[in-house]
Amino acid sequence: MAEVLVLVDHVEGKVRKTTAELLTIARRLGEPSAVFVGAGFDAAKESLARFGAEKVYRVESPEVLEHLVVPQAELLAQLVAEKSPAAVLVPASPEGKEVAARLAVKTESGLITDAVDVQAADGGVATTQSVFAGSYTVAATVTKGTPIIAVKPNSATPEEAAGAAADEVVDFTPSDAAKGARITESKPKQATGRPELTEAAIVVSGGRGTGGDFSKVEDFADSLGAAVGASRAAVDAGWYPHTSQVGQTGKQVSPQLYVACGISGAIQHRAGMQTSKTIVAVNKDNEAPIFELVDFGVVGDLFTVLPQATEAIKASKD
Amino acid sequence: MNIVVCVKYVPDAQAERTFNASDNTTDRENVDGLLSELDEYAVEEALKIVEAGEGEVTVLTVGPDQAADAIKKALQMGADKGVHVNDAAIHGSDAVATSLVLAEAIKKLGDVDLVITGMASTDGTMGVVPTMLAERLGLPAVTFASELTVDGGAGGTATIRRDGDASTQTITATLPALVSVTDQINEPRYPSFKGIMAAKKKPVETWALSDLGVDASQVGLDAAWTKVSSFDARPPRTQGEIVNDEGDGGSKLAAFLSERKFV
Ligand SMILES: Cc1cc2nc3c(=O)[nH]c(=O)nc-3n(C[C@H](O)[C@H](O)[C@H](O)COP(=O)(O)OP(=O)(O)OC[C@H]3O[C@@H](n4cnc5c(N)ncnc54)[C@H](O)[C@@H]3O)c2cc1C
Ligand SMILES: Nc1ncnc2c1ncn2[C@@H]1O[C@H](COP(=O)(O)O)[C@@H](O)[C@H]1O
Repeated sequence: MAEVLVLVDHVEGKVRKTTAELLTIARRLGEPSAVFVGAGFDAAKESLARFGAEKVYRVESPEVLEHLVVPQAELLAQLVAEKSPAAVLVPASPEGKEVAARLAVKTESGLITDAVDVQAADGGVATTQSVFAGSYTVAATVTKGTPIIAVKPNSATPEEAAGAAADEVVDFTPSDAAKGARITESKPKQATGRPELTEAAIVVSGGRGTGGDFSKVEDFADSLGAAVGASRAAVDAGWYPHTSQVGQTGKQVSPQLYVACGISGAIQHRAGMQTSKTIVAVNKDNEAPIFELVDFGVVGDLFTVLPQATEAIKASKD
Repeated sequence: MNIVVCVKYVPDAQAERTFNASDNTTDRENVDGLLSELDEYAVEEALKIVEAGEGEVTVLTVGPDQAADAIKKALQMGADKGVHVNDAAIHGSDAVATSLVLAEAIKKLGDVDLVITGMASTDGTMGVVPTMLAERLGLPAVTFASELTVDGGAGGTATIRRDGDASTQTITATLPALVSVTDQINEPRYPSFKGIMAAKKKPVETWALSDLGVDASQVGLDAAWTKVSSFDARPPRTQGEIVNDEGDGGSKLAAFLSERKFV
């Protein structure tokens, strides 16, 4: 069976959920081989094996990470040439997409980004994407080279399957051209203790309607174990960090449940949440466009509705 | 400092966007278009750099006749000149082919220090053209810049701040380089009356594929490395229950959530 390369997304060996999803998808297409760049392989090995990685190609040199995506693209191109994989799967993060874009040009291969489903199809790979702010679903295939697919988080339910995770250190040296860009400083963000926006099963977002006070939104989110998001209006006002922005120029989320609080539902916001399974809104204005999308809506003041809901949810858990 | 800004003409996101049923490509004829809003940030950033120092801003677009509007808008904002690559063979090109045409056009322009692009187009939203373009030109790329500082001296650099999930990074690339910018980077200006008048006299060149030495077989729908096999309008969401808060809105919300097993 042909190999399928999966670029591992990890922080110091702590493997992110998207990698388990990619390994699960890879098993539909062939035999998963993880590609692990950076430090922390020992910590990562167990979870790579648990989700079915038969092999792990790894490169330890910190140089590769310091120089961003180009060395990773060169490494994958080298592996594509050596192993002739059936496909290469990367996470559809900004960095993953950059690696994929360079790899596509290097290997003259078709690239599909933001896939929400990937299946094997007559000898190739068939993908599904959601376009135009979620108003259309398109099916696509790669017609040239090795299919390179950037897959969105939450596109598969991780399924365990024992793999050998036999590791092989790859003989790889980045080219000089790969060193043109360099990370000179990296300030870690403070952890919020909440789930990550794009991976969360539930997302609760606040908008201009919070007037800058996100405490009720956060309390409600915590009662549900949810991630907290924000509209651009709230981000532009400096009330919440940009990395929490949901929408066209922020994160595209597709959780089981999305709750919009004090958000009107502009097209650019919809672009980031329209494909959520269940949508709920709390808004004072019964004509807010967000209500066109909801499974359940409360016309009311979020400062009274949310605390009451939070209390009721907490009470039901006791 | 010679800056090229890549701008795309896109169907208006506020309009009903759709596909051509005949070949599954984006419908660009029946939907009003405009300069991709996200590319206005790229134009603005280029203008700021030139205004703070010296140099020239060239806007470059690859697209059909109407794409001239995107160039016009950028010239009205203050860019110095425009290049429009327009060729019937380009219809249906994917990111790979688009990046090839852009790369050849930039090579033809010659001496370029900095290429600035938007973070993603508002229609395709793949956000991969900038990186592909950098790969083809052999340039370092720093993408998703929320802040950009350019040092144009000898051995010049472009330094950006990128706001990531885990960290905020400072990234430096040696010039010539490609930078893609987010909508956090600046506030794009509106064209002034003076700008609108001045734009009428600014030079715009129109190039065909033959001017770039690109063979028609390398672009367009038939050359695409990926193929859209079908498209379906997502069934519109049906509105569910809406309740007015009469003192019990929160309880009703909690009840809905537990009925759906979210609690
Ligand atoms: C290029 C571009 C990209 C963009 N990208 C994004 C993006 O990624 N994400 C995004 O979100 N936006 C984006 N936008 C902005 C978007 O167009 C809207 O301006 C934005 O989403 C509005 O945010 P909002 O809904 O919080 O604010 P508003 O539209 O002002 O809505 C606030 C809502 O809160 C309600 N409200 C007020 N007080 C209360 C209360 N006490 N209780 C309950 N409800 C209350 C009001 O009735 C109103 O409906 C983008 C715009 C552009 C031009
Ligand atoms: N046809 C085009 N002409 C000029 N620039 C383009 C074109 N397509 C994409 N770009 C540039 O690449 C960026 C990202 O586009 P995309 O990869 O399509 O999301 C845009 O913001 C533009 O700066």
